[in-house]
Amino acid sequence: MTASLTVSDLHFAYPDGREVLHGVDLTVGAGERVALLGPNGAGKTTLVLHLNGILHAGSGSGSGSVDVAGLTVDPSDRAGIAEIRRRVGIVFQDPDDQLFMPTVAEDVGFGPANLGLRGAELRERVDEALAAVDMTAHRDQVPHHLSFGQRRRVAVATVLAMRPEILVLDEPSSNLDPASRRELAEILRSLPVTVLMVTHDLPYALELCPRSVILDEGRIAADGKTVDLLRDPELMRGHRLELPFGFDPAFAR
Amino acid sequence: MGAGHAHPLHLDHDSRIHRLPAEVKIVATLLFTIVVVITPREKFVAFAGYLLLLVGVLVLAKVPPLWLAKRATIELPFVLLAIALPFAGHGERTEWLGMSLSIDGLHGAWNIFAKGTLGVLASLLLAATTTTRDLILGLDRLRCPQVFTQIATFMLRYLDILFDDARRMRVARLSRGYDPRFLWQVKAFAVGVGALFIRSYERGERVYLAMVSRGYSGRLPRPDGPGATTADWARSATLPVAAGIIALAAVLA
Repeated sequence: MTASLTVSDLHFAYPDGREVLHGVDLTVGAGERVALLGPNGAGKTTLVLHLNGILHAGSGSGSGSVDVAGLTVDPSDRAGIAEIRRRVGIVFQDPDDQLFMPTVAEDVGFGPANLGLRGAELRERVDEALAAVDMTAHRDQVPHHLSFGQRRRVAVATVLAMRPEILVLDEPSSNLDPASRRELAEILRSLPVTVLMVTHDLPYALELCPRSVILDEGRIAADGKTVDLLRDPELMRGHRLELPFGFDPAFAR
Repeated sequence: MGAGHAHPLHLDHDSRIHRLPAEVKIVATLLFTIVVVITPREKFVAFAGYLLLLVGVLVLAKVPPLWLAKRATIELPFVLLAIALPFAGHGERTEWLGMSLSIDGLHGAWNIFAKGTLGVLASLLLAATTTTRDLILGLDRLRCPQVFTQIATFMLRYLDILFDDARRMRVARLSRGYDPRFLWQVKAFAVGVGALFIRSYERGERVYLAMVSRGYSGRLPRPDGPGATTADWARSATLPVAAGIIALAAVLA
């Protein structure tokens, strides 16, 4: 199995001197769904922003490398970075940050249009992505008038339209009501892409991701089957992770 | 682009005027307004002619006159200013109902009232028959600098979110026993504006990150679609051309 994502020995400190990553090593195979768990301030967002080259050694101080399906992230190579940004689709936590165009269809078309697609080809991409998240009926609506769950789904579509190698989701289940949460899970499960999901929602991680990694204090502290990690109370407590009241991974389907 | 939810100035139905491309309507409104403004103020017949032309547009666009009249009240502050002119004006004076009025001031008041009303009505008709989104697209097709259309595009998307933020902050203040009276309200307003600025600034950064992640490189993709045809231009030219003929006839007569 070829790796979708290879992060090796990634160190990073912000310009203000705050050290966030202390040597992260992570490999995600093609088609895998992996949950990235960890307490607040563990460096999850910093790691995510490294995956498509928004943060890099030059934007603070750091070392190490990130490979996406064989292509190394190199901020000095403009064409390479454009390709990396196509391959790594990041869905940010607040869909209002992600959806900035006046209509749903225009927003979904933003990424592919930046890749140089026009006309019928562009429309096809938009239709395909909207169909994948079941939002075709809302293509001409204003994002502001959609429900939160619908906006989150459109945010996923905006990234899918670029046909990414790996989908990176930042807290995909936050602020969703249970029904939207389940609908999003069904959509994510149906997508034929590699998924890296940053989340505090442990049952959601268990439901969607066979494998989980725990990031704490800028290092990968644990890597294994999600169910095994969640069943290890010592490990969980050690990294400020807690299951919701009454939830026992042993009984989850 | 049926935006679904209508703007207060937009009348969401179908008519011959609604179907015209935005750019031809913008140009027609602009030219019409210019003709109105350069018409000498003593040519009263010409202004009656212009009003008739607008009534024609109103009928074609199926805009209810009362609906339009309500929105035209935005002009009232200017009309109030115009009322002061006959009293304050200099030069030759005339007696009317025991009041001494300046002839020059009366002409000045009429000038503001007639030209202002015609301009406001024309703009309202444009707004009633064109969605904000289409207006921006029209400006873009008219080669308006992209900086302006980009700013307008983001305004269109984020103004509602900004209002929501402001409303939530106000509700939160009221919920904590805050009782706005005149002077105190000014202070809370100022603090609120500051907080909104910080929020918007931070959101701007997050939006930019999301845009860069999807390959943004300084240009918004120009949505393609059929531009205006020669027939559209010809049809919309009826209004300014008719106005021009009225102006010429009035001046030469």
